[in-house]
Amino acid sequence: MRNIYADNSATTAIAPSVLEKMMPYLTEVYGNPSSLYRIGSKAKEAVEKSRANIAKNLGAASASEIFFTSGGSESDNWALKGVCHALKAKGKTHIITSKFEHHAILHTCQALEKDGFRVTYLDVYENGIVKPEDVENAICDDTAIVSIMYANNEIGTIQPISEIGAICKKHGVLFHTDAVQAAGFVRINVVEQNIDLLSMTAHKIHGPKGCGLLYVRRGVKIDNLIEGGAQERGRRAGTENVAGIVGLDAALQLAVDTMDERNAKLTKMRDRLIDGLLKIERSRLNGDRIHRLPGNVNMCFEGIEGESLLLKLDLNGISASSGSACTSGSLDPSHVLLAIGLPHEIAHGSMRLSFSDENTEEDIDYILEKVPQIVDYLRAMSPLWEKIKKAENN
Amino acid sequence: MAYSEKVMDHFANPRNVGEIENADGIGEVGNSKCGDIMKMYIKVENDIITDVKFKTFGCGAAIATSSMATEMIKGKSINDALKLTNKAVMEALDGLPPVKVHCSVLAEQAIKAAISDYYQKQGIDPEPFVGKVPHCDECGCH
Repeated sequence: MRNIYADNSATTAIAPSVLEKMMPYLTEVYGNPSSLYRIGSKAKEAVEKSRANIAKNLGAASASEIFFTSGGSESDNWALKGVCHALKAKGKTHIITSKFEHHAILHTCQALEKDGFRVTYLDVYENGIVKPEDVENAICDDTAIVSIMYANNEIGTIQPISEIGAICKKHGVLFHTDAVQAAGFVRINVVEQNIDLLSMTAHKIHGPKGCGLLYVRRGVKIDNLIEGGAQERGRRAGTENVAGIVGLDAALQLAVDTMDERNAKLTKMRDRLIDGLLKIERSRLNGDRIHRLPGNVNMCFEGIEGESLLLKLDLNGISASSGSACTSGSLDPSHVLLAIGLPHEIAHGSMRLSFSDENTEEDIDYILEKVPQIVDYLRAMSPLWEKIKKAENN
Repeated sequence: MAYSEKVMDHFANPRNVGEIENADGIGEVGNSKCGDIMKMYIKVENDIITDVKFKTFGCGAAIATSSMATEMIKGKSINDALKLTNKAVMEALDGLPPVKVHCSVLAEQAIKAAISDYYQKQGIDPEPFVGKVPHCDECGCH
């Protein structure tokens, strides 16, 4: 049986070249970067070299604007809580975000609502794309920050970040973007795109888990996240994850270097898969087809439930994910699919396949062979499908 | 969340899938909004459930509990089938993750709904035997 890993939006395998760059910092260069002796200063040097190179790859003006964290969720939490609490004294108590952000943003917003902040959750429409004019219309005198994800983690839709950045700049409002899914697939330039804060993580782009960053433009007021030593300019104390930071830098560099070729390859694979799967009766693609991450396919198949589809795929060697209630750990299906207007019964039957450079056209062939068989099988035992067909005939 | 080997076995090779033509009783519980629908068909001779089939729209646990429940009542008397609890179905599957317990409840209800329908078709009021089978709109999902 083939084994196909098609859940690269969940996490990716560490690239061998990335691991190779990390290895010295997991072995002989174990010194604390805060120490003065050579083995410490060598580690420090690696951290600062990575910081400078990452700053360059994100188009940041200075390396001192990059703060290393444990990953995307921490960066998202810090960006919103840190900025909102810093700006509260100035009477800025309003946040603008979208309905389909990652829970690291949505749950942080809910926590801030309990602290007295007001949050506007913008519509993302059927195509899963925020309208810049909606952002502009939502800005008030007391708006502290706008936070819109660069690309959605479930349906892969890419947001008009430059347009939103320009609007925020015009109105003097801070702009944060969660670029966890987009980094490595789109060209990011925080200065040109007027991005004030940006979250990203290493493990979505063939780097290690447990290391991410928050870009904070110089001059942006943000509360410290962790009090302690002087690491990360005193804003996020704690001994640095040296190997992780080196891995993050190596992964981002690799992604930037290979972007054009990889995007072209993935887009071709993605489009062939979408076209093939859309031949299945009563199937639909979720999210805009064009403004979409090159490796993302998210489909719904009516009459079946997503978790059983995933389990069947797994039995056939295919690792995928779903936005069904059963996989979300709650009774409701994915908030993303509901935000683009899908009714519950259709959202339950969703499947996300996400690809990386390691996937091949043969993988797509295999998926195109298996998915229709599995959908047919599950529909044959589904009383809901029976009802749908009966209604069709009447 | 991980399923036991038995759950995976019943999911991968479900027993008694399908429909029974001219079934003596048909029960359907759940709704599409919640993401689970179970439909059970029974054939009854001399108070014995001689055949049972199911169709399920739902997650792995929903399919596995349907399959196990049908196995547990096949060949049993109606009275014995009515005694089948969701707990017994769960135990037979070596347990379910906590968020999936409702699937076993649904399986128990599907059997009761099918027996209810059987009684009604016989012109017998099912309530004294089966009790009230809750309609899924009352399950409190939404």
